[in-house]
Amino acid sequence: MYSKEHIKYIKKIKKSNIIASFTQIFIVIFFIFIWQILANKEMINTFILSSPKEVIKCLINTNFLPHIAVTLFETIISFIIGTILGIAISFLLWYNKFICKVIDPFLTIINSLPKVALGPILIIWSGANIKSIIIMALLISTFTTIITVLEAFNQTDIYRINLLKSFKSTKLQLFTNLVFPYNYKLIISSLKINISMSLVGLLTPVGENFIV
Amino acid sequence: MLIVNNLKKNYHTLKDEIKTLHNISFELKENEFISIVGPSGCGKSTILSILAGIIDKSDGIIICDKTIGYMLQDDLLFEWLTIYDNCLLGLKIQKKLNSENKKYVLDLLEKYGLKDFINMYPNNLSGGMRQRVALIRTLAIKPEILLLDEAFSKLDSQTKKFVIDDIFNILREEKISCIMVTHDISDAITFSDRILILQEKPSIIKKEIITNMTEIPSKRVYEKEYLKLLKEVDDNV
Repeated sequence: MYSKEHIKYIKKIKKSNIIASFTQIFIVIFFIFIWQILANKEMINTFILSSPKEVIKCLINTNFLPHIAVTLFETIISFIIGTILGIAISFLLWYNKFICKVIDPFLTIINSLPKVALGPILIIWSGANIKSIIIMALLISTFTTIITVLEAFNQTDIYRINLLKSFKSTKLQLFTNLVFPYNYKLIISSLKINISMSLVGLLTPVGENFIV
Repeated sequence: MLIVNNLKKNYHTLKDEIKTLHNISFELKENEFISIVGPSGCGKSTILSILAGIIDKSDGIIICDKTIGYMLQDDLLFEWLTIYDNCLLGLKIQKKLNSENKKYVLDLLEKYGLKDFINMYPNNLSGGMRQRVALIRTLAIKPEILLLDEAFSKLDSQTKKFVIDDIFNILREEKISCIMVTHDISDAITFSDRILILQEKPSIIKKEIITNMTEIPSKRVYEKEYLKLLKEVDDNV
């Protein structure tokens, strides 16, 4: 049995969550409302920015489903491969300091490259197909993941590392028991970035527009 | 039980070489409790880190074939693990998770009043309770030598008194030897059979004092020798 104070606390949290959800819905409705008003009054260029009414008309009259399915498939594949690859490479670089020292400047250079510029080369190399789109998405998302996740691994609390070393842990045990769970939240944050990076790669001028 | 002979430790940076430990030699006998005291930065914690296998020595000989448990000032609990899983961490790393050891941990948790908290997470506990969990985590691996690096400095005086006497009894019952590093001279005299006073620059053992105390720690402050020792250690640090 809970005390009155605890029940009051739970109610307060639930109320706050409901208010936040309603506020989010209100913001979306308000935004659509303002957009339509500005379009009706010709205060925005509807050729470029369209209007909610036109978007709904288009959605009803055109079959977007096959296109959404393809983009979704490409996004999910790129996201999964990019995440696994990114974390795996980060683990290898964390595990072996010498390889990390050697690879580090190359990582920075590749990450700084405007990958969109590599698009035409990609098309010639692997063809104008889904493979090139996914490779483009991976190029954009994977290196960002590696840099973020590796930095997180290297910043793991040294005192907890020493604690596990005092138990004579192996490096793999250090990773599975401390480094990975310690940085779990940061890895989740990098996944959120990863999914948008994958989408960027898919929808680049080389991704969707040229290849499709 | 443990022999340390001519232990040296130098830290190296691109700019300089820092000589931390110069020539440290001491022995730890069975069932003995020794404290290492000295000014800040003289290398007390470095000695324990080398003995625990966290850092390598530069030179010297260490002869020890016993299981070592290491307890630091901070509890270093893993926030994503329950209290019970935190206590089992050392056993998991050392691949000693069996029903006997798990029962031992549960017994320790009950003894230290933490049985009702085993499925909770560290952020639900007070500082004193967290330190008790860290103690159980260390005792769970059944160390034959316990290294304490200012392990009780963050406890309040009541919890400290409770934990001090209990640890002392556990050490005596289980025949665990102990090396404690502390900056608190009264703690050193209260706990120890011997006190090693470390000096810095060069970092060597300046003096060794035998306490000859007989009572359990919380009663030692009433012994006649206590104040004499307090003065002697304080003069030499």
